[in-house]
Amino acid sequence: MSDALLDVRDLVVRYGPATAVDGVSFSLAAGETLALNGPSGCGKSSTALAVLQLRRPSAGEVHFEGRELTSLTERELRPLRPRMQPVFQDPYGSLSPRHRIRDAVAEPLKVQGRWHPADGPARVCGLLDRVGLDPAYGDRLPHELSGGQCQRAGIARALAAGPRLLVLDEPVSSLDPSVRAGVLNLLADLQDDLGLGYLFICHDRTVVRHFADRVIEMRDGRVTSG
Amino acid sequence: MEPEALLSVRELRIAFDGIEAVRGLSFDIRPREVLAVVGESGAGKSLMARALLGMLPRGAATSGTISPDLSAHRGHRISLVPQDALSALSPVHRVGDQLAAAVRSVARVSRKEAKARAVAALDRVGIPDAARRARAYPHEYSGGMRQRAVIAMATVNEPGIVVADEPTTALDEEHRDQVLELLAEQREAVGAALVLVTHDMDAVGGHADRVLVMYAGRLTELGPADQVLARPRAPYTAGLLASLPRNAAPGRRLPALPGAPPAPGTPAPGCAFAPRCPLAAGPCHTAEPEPREAAGRLVACHRWEELPHPAHDLFLQEPQPA
Ligand code: SF4
Repeated sequence: MSDALLDVRDLVVRYGPATAVDGVSFSLAAGETLALNGPSGCGKSSTALAVLQLRRPSAGEVHFEGRELTSLTERELRPLRPRMQPVFQDPYGSLSPRHRIRDAVAEPLKVQGRWHPADGPARVCGLLDRVGLDPAYGDRLPHELSGGQCQRAGIARALAAGPRLLVLDEPVSSLDPSVRAGVLNLLADLQDDLGLGYLFICHDRTVVRHFADRVIEMRDGRVTSG
Repeated sequence: MEPEALLSVRELRIAFDGIEAVRGLSFDIRPREVLAVVGESGAGKSLMARALLGMLPRGAATSGTISPDLSAHRGHRISLVPQDALSALSPVHRVGDQLAAAVRSVARVSRKEAKARAVAALDRVGIPDAARRARAYPHEYSGGMRQRAVIAMATVNEPGIVVADEPTTALDEEHRDQVLELLAEQREAVGAALVLVTHDMDAVGGHADRVLVMYAGRLTELGPADQVLARPRAPYTAGLLASLPRNAAPGRRLPALPGAPPAPGTPAPGCAFAPRCPLAAGPCHTAEPEPREAAGRLVACHRWEELPHPAHDLFLQEPQPA
């Protein structure tokens, strides 16, 4: 598929002698949500890390926006990284505990040299507002936010990088169901507005069925259906 | 006539530094029932469970009554299945020895008899080749077997009440159902009541006889689980149920509760749920609702009769403008 945002072919991830991902292939279009579902240890999170090149795969190819990532050097990957952003399960763990929310959200802009003192603060406020957080929360530290608010801040930070693909690794699994629904709604709205592709890792089948366009079932590192 | 209570909680209040986290909670635990206690984080459900066990953290000030007080009989007449199976087992002692020690801490039996009971308990929770596995250390067990061993530990002395505090939070769906079934089965085998504390409404259906829904340290709704799940009467319960993807109507947006529960110690004069409640009006802002008999259960809501059924549409929110 040439118009795929993400095209993964025969992905293999080994940790020492153990094979966590054993020949997984799938593709994902812009604006689409593809879920990887399966029990813990099935290889879905290892797949996510390998797609992001946070863990280099042992074999296989990862095509993102038409470029093959596994053959690129760390340096060559750098300009592509902002375009594929992770959102992890533990909202507190993915934000530095000592940085105020507004600084955490501003960081991708600064790292990419897109920060301008004239409009930077307003952009951060806009991002917080976009994820349903009162911009006043920008002054707070992560532990001063609820789990759901913190996950929203994590999503704002991911958006600040200007991504095309979000790799969502159990993004709502640590949240109360009532809060979970609000975060899932936010992700759905963002996708509708921005045409983001979502690789959605989730062990909860009822969530997956509701949220994803397509589902791939994994077990023991392999795709069992989808 | 109401079935006789195994344990009664009346007007329980738990505060830290003058800030109340449980604010006047009354309910009974009935013999051999499975009572699910649900609510969001911070609802006070775990503190309530710890109070039953006499395991409140230091600095907790309590009032009200729990009768009988079983806290001196922990591990005997009341026991805990904690969230984290690993922390419940000592890494340096054999699993069988830990169970045997638990037996001998409450019963004057020979070492041999205690060992036999330990092996029987491991066998009962489905640990294969229990006599041999009793001699192994926790780290030699798989995660699933450790979970089973913890449940064996909680039931070995045949308590009247087993309290399971978020026993399935860290588990995926498949394992969650296995653990819940095992808990229910063991409860049955030893004739205990099970208090199942969970934030997961999905874990309640099919596993609980009654459900106690808590919000901001108080009772919101208490009644037969099948009836409460089929037709919630308190808006909060309705919102919790509506937000489950399994109950969602087709379409992408899920009903959701807006906002977050109030932080303890910031009580508004009215109903604690009012800022998030789509039905809030008039009295909701001035008086905290007390639990009252309604539709065969207890409901604490001024306007429960106004709650539509199904209530999904009440909790649907428009997308935010981009
Ligand atoms: S008392 Fe009022 S605010 Fe509270 S749950 Fe009932 S309707 Fe809602």
